[in-house]
Amino acid sequence: MSVTGVEGEERVDYTKAESAQIRRRSLRLLGSLLFPLRGSVVMAMLVVIVSTAAQVAGPALIAFGIDRGLPALLNQDWVPLAATGVIYLITGITGALLIAWYTVLSARISQAVLIDLRKRVFLQTQRLSLEFHESYTSGRIISRQTSDLDAIRELLDSGINQLVQGLLYMVFTAIALVTLDGVSGLVLLVALVPLLALTRWFQVRSQHLFRQSRTASASLIVQFVETMTGIRAVKAFRTEKRNEGVFGKLVESYRLVNARVIQLFGVFDPGLILIGNVTVAAVLLVGGFRVADGQLAIGALLAALLYTRRFFDPMEEMAMFYNSYQSAAAALEKISGVLEEQPGVPDPAKPVDLWTSTGAVHFDNVQFEYQADRVILPRFDLTLEPGQTVALVGSTGAGKSTLAKLISRFYDPSAGRVLLDGVDLRDLHPKDLRRAIVMVTQEAYLFSGSVADNISLGKPEATRTEVEAAARAVGAHDFIVGLPGGYDTDVNKRGGRVSAGQRQLISFARAFLADPAVLILDEATSSLDIPSERLVQEALQTLLSDRTAVIIAHRLSTVAIADRVLVMENGVIVEDGTPAMLISGTGRFARLHAAWRESLV
Amino acid sequence: MTTTAPQHPPHVAPEPAARPNTFRTLLRLYPYAKPALPRLGLGMLAALFASLMALAIPQVLQQLVDGALSQGDTAPIWPAVLTVLGLGVLEAGMIALRRWFVLVPGTHIESRMRNALYARLQDLPVTFHDRWPSGQLLSRAVSDLNMIRRWISFGLVLLVVNFLTIVAGVVILVSMNWILGLIFLVCSIPIWIYGYVFEEKYSVIARRSQDQTGDLATAVEESVHGIRVLKAFGRGSFALKSFTNQAEELRGTEIEKARAIAGIWLWLLLVPDVAFALCLVAGVWLTSQGQLSVGELVAFFATATVLRFPVESIGFLLSMTFDTRTATDRFFDILDTPNTITDPPRPVTITSPRGRLAFENVHFRYADSPERFPDLLNGVDLVLEPGETMALVGLTGCGKSTLTALTTRLYDVTDGSVTLDGVDVRRGELRRHIAMAFEDATLFSASVRDNVLLGRPEFAERSPEADAVLAEALDIAQAGFVHDLPDGVDTLVGEEGMSLSGGQRQRVALARAVAAAPAVLVLDDPLSALDVNTESLVEAALRRVLVKTTALIVAHRPSTVMLADRVALLEDGRITAVGTHSELLATSPHYTFVISSLEDEERRESSRAEESL
Repeated sequence: MSVTGVEGEERVDYTKAESAQIRRRSLRLLGSLLFPLRGSVVMAMLVVIVSTAAQVAGPALIAFGIDRGLPALLNQDWVPLAATGVIYLITGITGALLIAWYTVLSARISQAVLIDLRKRVFLQTQRLSLEFHESYTSGRIISRQTSDLDAIRELLDSGINQLVQGLLYMVFTAIALVTLDGVSGLVLLVALVPLLALTRWFQVRSQHLFRQSRTASASLIVQFVETMTGIRAVKAFRTEKRNEGVFGKLVESYRLVNARVIQLFGVFDPGLILIGNVTVAAVLLVGGFRVADGQLAIGALLAALLYTRRFFDPMEEMAMFYNSYQSAAAALEKISGVLEEQPGVPDPAKPVDLWTSTGAVHFDNVQFEYQADRVILPRFDLTLEPGQTVALVGSTGAGKSTLAKLISRFYDPSAGRVLLDGVDLRDLHPKDLRRAIVMVTQEAYLFSGSVADNISLGKPEATRTEVEAAARAVGAHDFIVGLPGGYDTDVNKRGGRVSAGQRQLISFARAFLADPAVLILDEATSSLDIPSERLVQEALQTLLSDRTAVIIAHRLSTVAIADRVLVMENGVIVEDGTPAMLISGTGRFARLHAAWRESLV
Repeated sequence: MTTTAPQHPPHVAPEPAARPNTFRTLLRLYPYAKPALPRLGLGMLAALFASLMALAIPQVLQQLVDGALSQGDTAPIWPAVLTVLGLGVLEAGMIALRRWFVLVPGTHIESRMRNALYARLQDLPVTFHDRWPSGQLLSRAVSDLNMIRRWISFGLVLLVVNFLTIVAGVVILVSMNWILGLIFLVCSIPIWIYGYVFEEKYSVIARRSQDQTGDLATAVEESVHGIRVLKAFGRGSFALKSFTNQAEELRGTEIEKARAIAGIWLWLLLVPDVAFALCLVAGVWLTSQGQLSVGELVAFFATATVLRFPVESIGFLLSMTFDTRTATDRFFDILDTPNTITDPPRPVTITSPRGRLAFENVHFRYADSPERFPDLLNGVDLVLEPGETMALVGLTGCGKSTLTALTTRLYDVTDGSVTLDGVDVRRGELRRHIAMAFEDATLFSASVRDNVLLGRPEFAERSPEADAVLAEALDIAQAGFVHDLPDGVDTLVGEEGMSLSGGQRQRVALARAVAAAPAVLVLDDPLSALDVNTESLVEAALRRVLVKTTALIVAHRPSTVMLADRVALLEDGRITAVGTHSELLATSPHYTFVISSLEDEERRESSRAEESL
């Protein structure tokens, strides 16, 4: 088994070599994201080091003021105290300004990384073939771009900042303490032992609990969203009471996990305070005797106590770092896998331009298979003449859609070539390919935005007049002007009150606005009601006259307008001829047609 | 195309003038918080006690410094250290106690509110759900309630306790030396003000960032769900451009957010340091003047350090309070929404329904429909006799689906009535006698079995009888494919399970309606995603069921119409014709227009010609 790309993404049992391979890949990605920003990163590091040092200076200055400034002042010498005060002000102001600057600097860096990553994943998603999307599922590719990127954002936004600032703060505080009073430094060193033990315990436990908490909240959310999106069925089948029971149980298990997370903090947080306070008492003990002996100045003892107390401040936030680090690392591993995927239908290295297309499609010794042992379309040759309207007929799974997807280059053939005007589709410039060949599928997807926006997707530079003309041509104009906002009606909420048939009409208009040389209609009229279908068919007669068209339809009424019918069975074209010719024959199509007429009253 | 503003539900921001103040709003949480109140009070006491311990430690230091240490006496060191240790342990213990008192009851409050919200949402009519995207509801059910819980068990407690701690601390500081105390107090005030101003500003940016993140997520979802369209038209780069613009906007907001955070950091670090520097100079001077002992100077800085966190926290605690108020408003937005479709207090029940379904002068219009349009249903009269199968035919968008939805009160009529066996559906609990299947078939995350037997709660446990009903329903809906799923009828489907194709989902949903064994079956174009062969198989099987059941079927195809005893034609909001298929073909040009294709007409022409021969 390999772990290249997204393979094995859901596995949990990686071997050492595989884990190393995945880690290398995500580190490489991280490196490539940070490399262009190396200047800013170095700068930010410098700023944060200086600013933290300035912040930590305070207690030492207080010690100096008490131990040196006070005696001097008693001798009427203002200089040491005034100098201390001024230096305190300067370090305070510098520290604060630099920290503020660092906050902005680090945000710039993390935002630059994020936007780079967002664009890369988005672009990669668009480049990957339909075959990839069909097997990887939309849910997963969406979570790569939403929840996984969120995990990385959280790490960059707060996790790293807290770690860097917290660590530096603790290191500088420790240095200051050791410089000020080595013995207190030793006490702190001893205190590190229980501190690290407690933190480690917290990490191990919290990691486990946070995972449970995420799972619990995820099932809560699924139940909630399903109830709300399926509210019609909920009400129609009166499952409200039962749902309340189910949801109540999920709420309770989420509450229990949450309560346990909170209890964990309830131990960790007082534990930190306890260690801190005990250390303060210990520093006081070892310091007190020396102050009494005159070996240590009072101010130094105070500073040692203040440093000790402040040393533990960043611990709680830093303990959280490990959690955000872990989820971000897992996210980065998955994202790097998606980015590693090679597009199955790659853009040509040396694209061939095709400014105008006649619409001549030729299958040259083509074979298509998903895997070597599952041949979908065995080797065949086929030529579609320019301007011809071809109907593809056959039962589900006969290979009609696959054939159509080869023409629109959603798939590439496993062997042989598909040619448009003599140019291999694989060499054709993607822009020219998409201008020349358009496919309309059964599932008519509408993007959020207005009806007009959705139609003009076929030709972004189209004027409103052109959009309306396209809508008129397919018979969509009348219902569109009947919508509350006409062409500017928002089709939000997955189509809203726009019915399935109306969605199909809009996507028809979109295709006609694109005005391709080759138009492929895959079950594109299945949701239309009869009057609309009749309108579309009338429109098709004229609209298809000057272009090559491939029509796939279950309902044979659509086939009537074809010049040529291809009957497919198990991936093979078994009949090929004009409709009249085939109907009058005794083949499959003639039988199908007879059965269909039976069904029509 | 993806740059539209986020969809805001109505009434998110009511008129500011109409809003009660924050205190009154938060008081509405009282019923949910009531059981937890004693523990909340105890938690506050514990927290206050912990703060007092922390404030007491500097006092011990002062005694030690001024007494023993200045005289070189080592004897009081041990007692002082042990006192500090004792106070320190007590502080940690009190903090543990505070958490123990407060936090777990807080989760109960959250759960209670969450269950109440869910129950309310299930109760609210479909028109409400048409207007509110589920994402908006979800953020109320999850993050808003989370916020409220954290405020009650953390924000509220700390706000009270930190305020008291500051008061106590300032009293201590002032009693040590009023000048130093005053410097400290005066320096704290800008932090409170700035902290408050910052949070107000920040929450605006944060909300914008949330909205933009949501929009970006929508753009991502659309780019994935619509990938076939984007690929077919080669609009990938177009989508990338609009996505990039949105991402850049978000980046701008995030940097603005970082600037705001940088601003508050600047103040939070700057002001205490300035105060400490001033106090240091003043304190040492006062000491040199003999107005302050060295021990008091030490105690002053130790106390001021203890007070640093409470002082800094007031700003964000206040803003947390205001955010919680917003969250509370959002919660009650939903709980206060009047339910226009409620069950009657004393519902009329029908024990053995005959299944006579009647629409009498039914009017319906959507609340947001522009005034220039007439009622969508404008006086529908239609009677389905017991056992009769009626097909409902009409142009797309003429209100067929809406009419069927009135039977189970997904919507209520705006005028007129729908009755089952003479009982108005609004007066009785009649939904259990009526089952529906929709064109848009929603399955829930549960096994196929549970999905199909959704309308038969009595079959929740496996029994031979349940199996028989399940098998028959699946058979009628031609949903035999479920037996080939990995775990057969126990395979999990829905969001969390196997994803089924549109046609497969429709068949399971049809089986669900059939299995409910209702007196009235309402089918809203439930076969649209099936191919012709499967459709005819389903129809053949349905015929068996329809013999004994009253049924209303929305039909687009002649083949579906064939299932019906009679056909009703819906036109301009009214039933303009009722009769058999052939009667209507003969008498209604509109019916002919709606239901038959061009070739049919030719065919009929020819058959008429044959008959006349």
